[in-house]
Amino acid sequence: MFDQYIVCGLRARERSGGEVEVRMPYYRGLFLSMVEAVDLVLDGVPVPPERTTFTVHGNTYTFAELPGITGDRWEMGERAALGFDTGEPLAPGEHDVEVSVRLRISYMPVPGGGRDRKRLVAA
Amino acid sequence: MTAPPDRPRRGVSLYSFQEEYFLRTMSVEDCVAAAAAMGATGIEIIPEQSIPGYPVVTDEFAERWHGWMAAYGTIPVATNAFLDTRLHPDRWLTLDEQVASVRRDIDIAVRLGAGIVKATINFSPEVMAAAAPYAEDRGVRLLLEVHAPFHFSHPWILEHLEVMHRAGPHVLGLMPDMGVHVWRFPRVVSERALRDGADPALVDYIVRTYDDHGDTHALMDIVNYRGGGPVEFGLARQATHYIWTEPKDMLEHLPFIGHVQAKFYEMTDEGYEYSIPYDEIVPVLACGGFTGYLSSEYEGNRHIQDAHPVDSVEQVRRQQEMLARLLGE
Repeated sequence: MFDQYIVCGLRARERSGGEVEVRMPYYRGLFLSMVEAVDLVLDGVPVPPERTTFTVHGNTYTFAELPGITGDRWEMGERAALGFDTGEPLAPGEHDVEVSVRLRISYMPVPGGGRDRKRLVAA
Repeated sequence: MTAPPDRPRRGVSLYSFQEEYFLRTMSVEDCVAAAAAMGATGIEIIPEQSIPGYPVVTDEFAERWHGWMAAYGTIPVATNAFLDTRLHPDRWLTLDEQVASVRRDIDIAVRLGAGIVKATINFSPEVMAAAAPYAEDRGVRLLLEVHAPFHFSHPWILEHLEVMHRAGPHVLGLMPDMGVHVWRFPRVVSERALRDGADPALVDYIVRTYDDHGDTHALMDIVNYRGGGPVEFGLARQATHYIWTEPKDMLEHLPFIGHVQAKFYEMTDEGYEYSIPYDEIVPVLACGGFTGYLSSEYEGNRHIQDAHPVDSVEQVRRQQEMLARLLGE
């Protein structure tokens, strides 16, 4: 559900890395504690979660913090920013961006979420 | 004072427009306006979907909401509550915490002027019982969705019915989801599996097993024996998640049925639902004396969005037209 809409933008940061705009493949918003993973593979190379951050409506969290965040949400259709630090500036031009999202949905016996892969030009 | 209605009424769950709302091509107000334009008077909303900032409902949102209801001549009928029992990664919510979550959702319904809260199928009978006094105090009916693969004589629902009979139908009840009356396999689902690379022979086997109302219990195993993979397993699991029950099964429970989720997957060009026989369902409810809302719940978008433009408004419009016809409006 909504898988093809997950990855929706790529921006370079000035010094190192950049941000991928991501939407949640689900039909309601969720408290962030239920967002178990937003994994990024950039140009075929997995970016470790400890080198990524997650920003919703201006609030930035590390993935180590997310399990404890029960007072802030990723809204339905909201474009969150998945920040990544690869230690070097993101090269201009096209990149292969793959994101998989894993969600803990209480009424489902298996994890929810989805996966999307696009080629994007860094803005 | 207006006379009480003598027949089912038409409503729309804003869930139906999730594709457009997700992509921000329709606002919440646009969704309400679209429903009103179809002659649907009842609005059902998922606060966690449509109210940014949930569980806080700002005065500003509440004012705008009531303003839309007045402007478009619609009535807030129902909200949907989810119970995130696994909010924390390391433990389940306690019963007290679960009840607090339900109370919060009841408060939101009251704020929005809706008299019904849908309880997702994972609400336990214990939570329903514990939340009932608060629902009664606040004048709200808490209705458990009867969602496939569950049905009216399933042990989970029977346990709930015991609690409902104790609390009374003015407090607790049922909200049947018409996905329990799937007569034939939704083709938007099997066609999607084919596009995802499923073996056509296995797809055909799954669809035929369902359409013949055969035994779906071992379908995943059989698909495995026939060399299927994840896509075929997914389809086989879907086949166990749709069920066919006789629409007249609703009659026995009618006093407890306060609202109906008029789930649908595909309204055809000819104006009928491909897999769910509403021409059988609507007369049962109308003749039985149901006066609540048939609330459109379009669920086809997720099965076609990979290949086709989604037009939820047109799909809901067709269903509303069909319901109006079947209701003799």
